[in-house]
Amino acid sequence: MSHSFSPDVATSVSPRPGRAGSAAEAAGLDLPSPETEEWRYSPIGDLRLDRFGPVTSPPESRGAVADRFEAATPSRAATVVVVDGFVTSIEIDDGWASKGLIVTTDDEPTGLDRPDATVIDHLHRAFSPPALRIGAPDGLAVDVPVVVLSHHGAADGATFPHLLIRTGPGAELSVIEQQTSGDGPGLGVPVVELVAGDSSNLRYVVVQENGAEQWQLGRQLSSIGAQATLRTGIAAFGSRYARTRTDSRLVGRGGTAHMSAAYYGDGDQILDFRVFQHHDARDTRSDLVFKGSQDDTSGSVYTGMVHIHPDGAGTNAFQTNRNVKLSEDAWAWSVPNLEIENNDVHCSHASTVSPVDADQRFYLHARGVPPTIADRLIVAGFYQEVIDRLPVAAARDEVRRLIAEKLDRRSDDA
Amino acid sequence: MSSLIISGLRAAVDGNEILKGVDLEIGAGEVHAVMGPNGAGKSTLSHVLMGRPGYEVLGGSVTLDGVELLDLPTWQRARAGLFLAMQYPTEVPGVALSDVLDASAATDFGSGDELDRRLLAEADRIGFDHQFLDRPLNVDMSGGEKKRNETLQLAVMAPRFAVLDELDSGLDVDAMHQVSQRVEAATEETGLGILVITHYSRLLDELKPDRVHILVRGRFVASGGPELAQELEETGYGAYQDDEPAPPAATATDPFADPLA
Repeated sequence: MSHSFSPDVATSVSPRPGRAGSAAEAAGLDLPSPETEEWRYSPIGDLRLDRFGPVTSPPESRGAVADRFEAATPSRAATVVVVDGFVTSIEIDDGWASKGLIVTTDDEPTGLDRPDATVIDHLHRAFSPPALRIGAPDGLAVDVPVVVLSHHGAADGATFPHLLIRTGPGAELSVIEQQTSGDGPGLGVPVVELVAGDSSNLRYVVVQENGAEQWQLGRQLSSIGAQATLRTGIAAFGSRYARTRTDSRLVGRGGTAHMSAAYYGDGDQILDFRVFQHHDARDTRSDLVFKGSQDDTSGSVYTGMVHIHPDGAGTNAFQTNRNVKLSEDAWAWSVPNLEIENNDVHCSHASTVSPVDADQRFYLHARGVPPTIADRLIVAGFYQEVIDRLPVAAARDEVRRLIAEKLDRRSDDA
Repeated sequence: MSSLIISGLRAAVDGNEILKGVDLEIGAGEVHAVMGPNGAGKSTLSHVLMGRPGYEVLGGSVTLDGVELLDLPTWQRARAGLFLAMQYPTEVPGVALSDVLDASAATDFGSGDELDRRLLAEADRIGFDHQFLDRPLNVDMSGGEKKRNETLQLAVMAPRFAVLDELDSGLDVDAMHQVSQRVEAATEETGLGILVITHYSRLLDELKPDRVHILVRGRFVASGGPELAQELEETGYGAYQDDEPAPPAATATDPFADPLA
């Protein structure tokens, strides 16, 4: 472990207790091994932590961060800019602020459990700046989104953003986050915690369009109360390696977890999703749809573990992972799993990895569509379902644009 | 005067020769019917004409106004003026009909408005619900709706020749009437030449053929006027089949084959 991740450096970020201890704990640990189940198929063995140094203070000059949701969300409850993990600006609509919408920083977060914690999690505890906290209190229905623009600007820097989103009982809230980074190598370790109170409705979409040299080791943790619905979306297009580990827990009776992901890798990118969906309470429902494609020598990993607790009677759990492989040398691992400890459940899972469908191709060719355009239409069409599922509509156009951009690059190569 | 000329066409699927020398000449505005028992090679003929992967051409030629289609990839055959109305139209999730016709090199409407106008007008002509125009291609459509969709594309694209592969399967009486009327009108309006492939003669009651050809084991064994279809209706294919055991059916390797056909 490089000296730059030392306890002394950690305590310089902020006076939050526990930083030095977490840094000391991290110093005694190695990176996880790709031999372990949670990291299998990942390039974690190629990560050189010592080539990155933690960013311990906000950037001095605040360059403008592009807002790709500007056109789609002229009306919003708040806009927050986060640079290198530090909240650098919060603009909150006065009306929503007076109704109780919370958008603030919080350096004493009481977070959700992080199962299978590794050195990366200890580093996050040691080096994460004060968290961004977004909350809708009891009964407040916020009907326009909160926009978070999170940018990793520090070349060779390691950043540790922390986002906490909470809805009180009966509240409604939508958050969309844009993640970007510079062109140089960087390590980003974002942690997002989503707590949906009873009978609340929480939506969160993240659109990741990092630069090609970025490493991202992210976590999403969630807890869903009784009769609450959490809808999440992940759109992953950038980074050299981007991983999202999701631990979603349905803790109250009648809760729903609705998850969607669209991802597209090219070059030598690896996009990696590890989903743990727990049905701890009865009559809960989960609906997971992950769709991606892989071009060139890129790869993707989807592992989904849906666990139904002995108390999870009446569970409905569906998970689907579909992949379109656009090149012979691309690869995709898709491993959906179920662990059921109660008999009164309905579960299904589906998983496919296949090239562009030959019959669909022939159909379009027979209508006079040239091959590269036909593939483009088919691949864009493949994503339509999951784009429509993204819970914050304002993110959809941007995701379509990103897919088109990838497809353009592909057509240029052809 | 356009012409589609098939001569000495031989083709194989998985190494089995299915078409053993097919000769046929179709002129503008003509309707030719190819009939035959299961496994005769009817669907293979339609796929080979359009260049579907998995069908190996062993010999012969297919020219459209002098252009050798067998040398062209599928999309260029469409551009040359050939259309295939498929027996089992493929579902293409997330792709709308207008996207496809807009991207087609076989059409040029200049503007999206003109394409939309044509789509709406043609949909009305065959009783195709406008709601289907914005749906993903063939997704969640009934068999009859899919065939109307094929006919709609045929009408909008206005090719010189169309192969209609079992267009009647999955169609109710009303739909068959509308679809047949539209196709027949195209023979007069745009001089469309048609190769209609069918197992039963009922379609030919609506879509009057100029010539009927009977395909058995990869060869035409008889050709005649419309009365030949009528004769088949009464006597079946028995008279045209010898006792030789049937070769492996082309449809046996086709995962989309209709088990009841």
